[in-house]
Amino acid sequence: MVVTDGASPLPAAVLWTESIHRERPWYLTLLRNRRLAIGSLLLLGVLLVALLAPLLATHSPLLVRPEIRLSRPSAEHRFGTDNFGRDLYSRTVYGARISLLVGGMVALLAALAGTAIGLLGGYYPRVDIVLMRIMDGMMAFPGIVLAVGIMAAMGPHVSNVIAALAIVQTPRVVRVVRSVVLSLRGMQYVEAARCVGVSDWRMLWRHILPNCISPLVVQCTFIFGEAVLGEASLSFLGVGTPPEIPSWGVILGEARLYIRSAPWMIFLPGTALTVTVLSLNLVGDGIRDWLDPRLRKTM
Amino acid sequence: MLAYLLRRILLAIPVMLVVAAGVFLLLYLTPGDPVSVILGPDASPQQVSELRQRLGLDQPVPIQVTRWFGRLLHGDLGQSIYLNRPVTQTILERAEPTLLLTLLATLFAILVGLPIGIVSATRAGSWADLGAMLVALGGISMPSFWVGLNLIFVFAVVMGVLPVAGYQPLSKGLWENLRYLLLPAVTLGFAQAALLARMARSLMLEVLREDYVRTARSKGLVERKVVLSHALRNAMVPLITVMGLTFAILMGGAVITEQVFNIPGIGRLLVQSVLRRDYPVVQGIVLVIAFNYVVINLLVDILYGLFDPRVRHS
Repeated sequence: MVVTDGASPLPAAVLWTESIHRERPWYLTLLRNRRLAIGSLLLLGVLLVALLAPLLATHSPLLVRPEIRLSRPSAEHRFGTDNFGRDLYSRTVYGARISLLVGGMVALLAALAGTAIGLLGGYYPRVDIVLMRIMDGMMAFPGIVLAVGIMAAMGPHVSNVIAALAIVQTPRVVRVVRSVVLSLRGMQYVEAARCVGVSDWRMLWRHILPNCISPLVVQCTFIFGEAVLGEASLSFLGVGTPPEIPSWGVILGEARLYIRSAPWMIFLPGTALTVTVLSLNLVGDGIRDWLDPRLRKTM
Repeated sequence: MLAYLLRRILLAIPVMLVVAAGVFLLLYLTPGDPVSVILGPDASPQQVSELRQRLGLDQPVPIQVTRWFGRLLHGDLGQSIYLNRPVTQTILERAEPTLLLTLLATLFAILVGLPIGIVSATRAGSWADLGAMLVALGGISMPSFWVGLNLIFVFAVVMGVLPVAGYQPLSKGLWENLRYLLLPAVTLGFAQAALLARMARSLMLEVLREDYVRTARSKGLVERKVVLSHALRNAMVPLITVMGLTFAILMGGAVITEQVFNIPGIGRLLVQSVLRRDYPVVQGIVLVIAFNYVVINLLVDILYGLFDPRVRHS
């Protein structure tokens, strides 16, 4: 979908970037960004569900009642029950917490580690050679395979899931930050700062890091989404979040075994997972377009 | 060309070394002693020391590293603890379903994703374009295992036209084999098809705005020819890398798909081995899949140099 510019009827001479900025303040361009608006709304919804889970849930997500196991959706259990007789709706509501916790922590940790490594590599060419070979090596593992390997060594635990996914995602942040640093290193203002005797530390912190922030935010939004998918995938395989904790991946992993007798088990957690990842993809696309309008071309 | 070839191969060697070292280090991520984790709390001291010796953990670390790399050079990935057989042999026996599944999924991703992206770009802004891109956005947001579960529900449980899960080897006949691999291949290839469609569309849109495309149109060329032989050629350059790597990427995704459909391939063996705490097999499979990626990446680079002299001389 092409996002058409609302100002196009104006004479071409007015279409200078500066005049657009003057006529339309930044918060209005932000609101006109449809993908960002829809994505943020959906994400806000998921966030609210996670925060208000105790209020929204109709049953305890952990209450086991074998006598009503695998029962169809009914007035009492709106989306049915699972193989232990637990209420699927309540478990899905609580599942939002694990997904957002893991996704957010992974994005944060990968951003911190990736920025540090990317700044070092981009600024010091000698360190760069070694660091980049290590990053290339890490990128050679398909994400899920490396995560499974790390989980195999560390054991199933939520904090281990976060650590494994953060390790997988860090090289992707490094690439982004490093490329910004490399493009800035030859800039005149950096050279000028060096001439007046700015220290390396201050240079990286005050003059280079601020320029990395916007691509970093975009990248981290996508990493958030990938981490939500990653947690669900690991849990689906049975090597991620421990089975007693309500997680969308865990529920779907159990649903697989009962797809003939209780197909309703796949509906709600899968939809929740898709909506969450979709919202993050929309927000990421939206921020990227807002920062760089030339990229307005993909849906 | 020869210099380019050598340079590419030389660049791939450190990556392989990092991969091999990383897989070696995996065992050391275990909190505490890996041997007692493998055997559980009830193991006798004798069993512990026996396994420690078998895994070579009784040796000093430098010797362990040397042995690990030495064995790798011989294609020896060690012995499985659970199956009590060489890891290499076990992996080779399980390779057929994974390779066929990945191959079919790659074909699906390219044959479906690419044309949709190109057609969407030529009709940018139309309802067909909007619809296709909405589906593609959903495709990259849906977890593959949920796509798989939905396909099983529709085609196997409700319609009953395809098997729910399982696998028939190629030796039982091509048709039987395909019947079992059809849903898994679509499941595995779906997200990559969506990704390729999005990429192809945005690259085509960029190229279609170029001056030489306007020249081609203004000299009266048929639109089909402008799109296919002028624009597409240039848009294809970055796409070839993605298409080449699709096979390598999807082999990682096969871990999940095989679990959804109970396919006895390498991916399912990986998950089973994690649950059995069979570390040598886990290490072996992770290593094989990563090496596969490095080798395919190298081949793509070499092909690139072959087709595009600019790459060779940069």
